[in-house]
Amino acid sequence: MSAPLLDIRELRVRVEEKEILSGLSLEVRVGEVHAIMGPNGAGKSTLAQTLAGRDGYEVTGGSVLMEGEDLLEMSPEERACKGLFLGFQYPVEIPGVSNMYLLRSAVNAQRKAAGQEEINAAAFLKQARGEAARLKLKPELLKRGVNEGFSGGEKKRNEILQLAVLQPRLAVLDETDSGLDIDALKVVAAGIRALRDGQRAFVLITHYERILNLISPDRVHVLAGGRIARTGGAELVSELEASGYEAFLPAAA
Amino acid sequence: MSRTAERNPEVRQLLERKYRHGFVTDIESDTLPPGLDEDVIRVISARKEEPEFLLDWRLRAYRYWREAQEPSWAKLNIPPIDYQAISYYSAPGAAKDAPKSLDEVDPRLLETYDKLGIPLHERARLAGVAVDAVFDSVSVATTFKSRLAEAGVIFCPFSEAVREHPELVRKYLGSVVPYRDNYFAALNSAVFTDGSFVYIPKNTRCPMELSTYFRINEQNTGQFERTLIVAEEGSEVSYLEGCTAPMRDENQLHAAVVELVALKDARIKYSTVQNWYPGDEEGRGGIYNFVTKRGDCRGENSAISWTQVEAGSAITWKYPSCILRGDNSTGEFYSVAVTNNFQQADTGTKMIHIGRNTSSNILSKGISAGHAQNTYRGLVKVFPRAEGARNRTQCDSLLIGRDCGAHTFPHMDIAHPRAVVEHEATTSRISEDQLFYCRQRGLDEEDAVNLIVNGFCKQVFNMLPMEFAVEAQALMNVSLEGAIG
Repeated sequence: MSAPLLDIRELRVRVEEKEILSGLSLEVRVGEVHAIMGPNGAGKSTLAQTLAGRDGYEVTGGSVLMEGEDLLEMSPEERACKGLFLGFQYPVEIPGVSNMYLLRSAVNAQRKAAGQEEINAAAFLKQARGEAARLKLKPELLKRGVNEGFSGGEKKRNEILQLAVLQPRLAVLDETDSGLDIDALKVVAAGIRALRDGQRAFVLITHYERILNLISPDRVHVLAGGRIARTGGAELVSELEASGYEAFLPAAA
Repeated sequence: MSRTAERNPEVRQLLERKYRHGFVTDIESDTLPPGLDEDVIRVISARKEEPEFLLDWRLRAYRYWREAQEPSWAKLNIPPIDYQAISYYSAPGAAKDAPKSLDEVDPRLLETYDKLGIPLHERARLAGVAVDAVFDSVSVATTFKSRLAEAGVIFCPFSEAVREHPELVRKYLGSVVPYRDNYFAALNSAVFTDGSFVYIPKNTRCPMELSTYFRINEQNTGQFERTLIVAEEGSEVSYLEGCTAPMRDENQLHAAVVELVALKDARIKYSTVQNWYPGDEEGRGGIYNFVTKRGDCRGENSAISWTQVEAGSAITWKYPSCILRGDNSTGEFYSVAVTNNFQQADTGTKMIHIGRNTSSNILSKGISAGHAQNTYRGLVKVFPRAEGARNRTQCDSLLIGRDCGAHTFPHMDIAHPRAVVEHEATTSRISEDQLFYCRQRGLDEEDAVNLIVNGFCKQVFNMLPMEFAVEAQALMNVSLEGAIG
């Protein structure tokens, strides 16, 4: 059997002197969709930021391999070019930089890293417009500054647009479903499902059952106390919805 | 140079490539020995076959300058300048054999401008842009002259205007920037050697963009050019200047004066992409750029708009300004000033509201990296009779790294009780969130910085004619190379 797409072992991460992840292990194979759920402050976003290589997340132990390579040794852009995509919980605004320009620069940076030529501008535009239409993103948002004046839902859909155009090997989506109304949620879920083609894997970080009902993950994990406290199939989602996370919280809390 | 660069020839190459215009053209030149006195001024005036009035004016300017003091109010650390060590005149080839047409221009000169990306052959030139090229002290070629002449537009080297149109020069020269205006304007008035002259006749829209490229080539020379643009009633013109110089360890002085006159209903748009040699990473060498630019909205409903992208020079001292004399006249100032390494810039504008219902708009974007210091200095002055005056000022500063500085000095002098004056200023560091977002999508740190900085400057770049907006963006990227890490 080939190496897992993502292999996290006993990962320990500190943020501002405080240990947030305390020996987290997780294995994700190509084609799989994993959901990570858990109470607030359990370390879900810390996991996402650490995987993407954000400064300030200090790894004190354990390892993370992506297709057998040491992810922790790579810069954020090397990880991205290797096929790691982070869907941000709070996508940042970059005034004056057109949404399409950033996306095309990203595509070209990743192609360059892979030794490929720059994408044909017309082909890119056609692809991006097509994906935007599928995500029901207003065409004018493509020309506007990155996330500049976007509503919360538009920002999240824009993340999925980038995901669809960049076609990463591994997509880590950090609460992409938060703050979406039902219609937007359906659009986003459909966008993710369309990319579930056996060529990549997803790690969905979420608080809620509703997106998982639309996507039906292969594995569901509960992250609590800085590690994976329980793993199960899709049935775990409804169980959690019924019982909550109380069983996973430290008794003395 | 960093240790990485010493070890790694590719990194070194990248660093050395930074200033792309740093070459020297090996060409025979007619250069006066260094030094300045009345005789030098007489020689300059004689070589240019100038009328008496101009020599007199130069000499008065020189006498004023001799007694004047260098200004010290700017937030600049200016090493003492030895004005006697500078040569005040340098012309490629013998001065008396100035080329009459492009065919007579020394091919090495044409090559120089080709290298700079400014082909002077008209057929190769971007459609719709006429170019005047000034090499050291002398204009070497002006393109599209005949097409402009059909429209009645005069676009020629300043020295030619002195010979061919002395009445216009006499009427307008020094009428916006008198030689007593300031130290560097006085010096320029005494020794200016060439520059461009533009005259747009009544009710004429100039049929193409006009542009001048200034190039300093000779060592130990200063460049003192003078530009005068007169837009008659109901006329319109867009003008662009670009500047480059070779890389040298010594500092070189550039003290220019630009005067704009807009009569009733006339519009002048003046854009600058300034890329004089900024000095090396240690702050050695570079151009001292002391420039006085001022536009006079002399007639009703006239408009003057300045757009500048200041990327080069070791020291920049310039405040393109508008005198809003005519009723309903408008002034605009859009600026991007980027400083890296040890560059210093003190730049901004003055908007002088004299007429009724005058309005002005100021948008300044300062970017500071390395050990650079970047200052916005502005004055909004509203006279007692300037009923209905309005101004809006926005100054944004962006800091890259910990060792640079950004400063804002917005002066306001408002003598009309109902003037509407708004000022907004922001200073921020380049955001970690933005950088990380771009890097997470695959851009390396340098590209991410360039992208964010270009976004920061976008509103100003949008004001440039399109060809130059692209050039300005590329220039920003080159200027900020090595700013991070």
